[in-house]
Amino acid sequence: MEAVIKAEKLSKRFGDFIATNAVSFEVYPGEIFGFLGANGAGKTTAMRMLCGLSRPSSGSASIAGFDVYTQTEQIKKHIGYMSQKFSLYEDLTVVENIRLFGGIYGLSKEDVRVKTQGLLEHLKMEDQKNKLVGALPLGWKQKLAFSVAVFHKPRIVFLDEPTGGVDPITRRQFWDLIYEASQQGITVFVTTHYMDEAEYCNRVSIMVDGVIEALDTPAKLKSQYDAVSMEDVFFKLARKAKRGAD
Amino acid sequence: MHAVIIDTLSKVYGKDKIVAVDRVSLEVKKGELFGLIGPDGAGKTSIFRILTTLLLPSSGSARVDGYDVVKDYKSIRSRVGYMPGRFSLYQDLSVEENLTFFANLFNTSLKENYKLIEAIYVQLEPFKNRKAGKLSGGMKQKLALCCALIHQPSVLFLDEPTTGVDAVSRKEFWDMLKRLKEEGITIMVSTPYMDEAKRCDRIALIQSGKLLSVDTPAQVTAAYSKKLFSAKADNMIRLLYALRASAHVSSCYAFGETHHFHFQEQGSSIDLLNELKQAGLEQIEIENITPGIEDCFIDLMLEKTK
Repeated sequence: MEAVIKAEKLSKRFGDFIATNAVSFEVYPGEIFGFLGANGAGKTTAMRMLCGLSRPSSGSASIAGFDVYTQTEQIKKHIGYMSQKFSLYEDLTVVENIRLFGGIYGLSKEDVRVKTQGLLEHLKMEDQKNKLVGALPLGWKQKLAFSVAVFHKPRIVFLDEPTGGVDPITRRQFWDLIYEASQQGITVFVTTHYMDEAEYCNRVSIMVDGVIEALDTPAKLKSQYDAVSMEDVFFKLARKAKRGAD
Repeated sequence: MHAVIIDTLSKVYGKDKIVAVDRVSLEVKKGELFGLIGPDGAGKTSIFRILTTLLLPSSGSARVDGYDVVKDYKSIRSRVGYMPGRFSLYQDLSVEENLTFFANLFNTSLKENYKLIEAIYVQLEPFKNRKAGKLSGGMKQKLALCCALIHQPSVLFLDEPTTGVDAVSRKEFWDMLKRLKEEGITIMVSTPYMDEAKRCDRIALIQSGKLLSVDTPAQVTAAYSKKLFSAKADNMIRLLYALRASAHVSSCYAFGETHHFHFQEQGSSIDLLNELKQAGLEQIEIENITPGIEDCFIDLMLEKTK
């Protein structure tokens, strides 16, 4: 299968500091790929390069077939992005947010109108559609933010700590949405500090000090590191980090 | 003697009367490490801000170290340490300047209380001339903790100190808290991470402004009334869907490596096993397990919404 994310010796330097140091990996269509690492390991920098937001210092990467140096605008059209910190405009209503992001991602007005109805039904949010997003509970916001990020059927959706601070039931409902997206062929690239969520990924990479230290299925990582859980694997690897956080 | 006494405390915001804290009552004993555990929007920060006298309660009362949070706010302010969720030190002052500043505010000096912060400060000392804004996330957190401790508070309030922090640094932070507790400081700490509950002497589970339970972590899990099972199979996603669809199962949630579920009253494990096999699942393992805090939280949440 043709990889949808291909990174080869991808590096980013800030002065003398090598935030991301020659990372190479591939992610395949429909895969749920967990991108783990301690604070300051270089995850955010790597993710920004993959989204076409930061120009690599060296190495190469292609996202949905587009080059991270020369085709960043095409990359942005073929990916979705959601983070815990920023996702939706709080002072716009649910419907306005959907319309805004649909437009930004290049969908036609007609397309947005038809799909909005389906989305509201799917999320059981029809009663809330004219409410300001700021007035919604966090769990709803996060589910809506995810749906908006995959609204234009991107090849890949990047999720940066999407479930931080969310209650345990909503956190699991959020993963239901991730599974659905993956079954529709959307590749999911996700970071999290919840180690149980690492188990839900098809494959997991763990970054330590700018380098991908381990990459495999959760089951194989556990047996390779003689660990009982992904948390245990993470501890064994991340404890070696020399670099300060963030 | 109690360090914190909260009595039917409520906080209502704005003209829409949004209830952030809903008749909360609890007590924190002197020397205790007490955890307030719940998701964003549960009311944790409002409670902390009331206890540190930064916010007035709408109704009910609270006392810290014997002082009333409304009448005796000045006495409370000089006795407590507070580390807010958002980094709130002076970014353009150096590490040492921040510490000296906070020490001076409380009429003390870095020297006087050095012993209390020593274990944490030695890690910061190499960077003592660096501006706080230029520190890494983990270092900022350590500096904020030092600043909250510099006047040797009797009660330390830490609002989500580990949010967004990786699993290794979180563990280190809890190790620091354990050492501070041994120094006799009462610590009240909030967190959205359920797995941190076991590091506390006692915990309060909180959701939508209401307490779900207050007890030791062991008692909270012991109070779980249902029989809980875990399931594993070769294809975990299909197993999750199959369990949810099964008439033998009443509720099922993914829990990392396994799924946790309850049987319906009439549910039978042999029938369920056959059903799962027929659905094409292999290497099925079903086990009776003891619940964790997160199982309890989910169960209490569902009960409340019933």
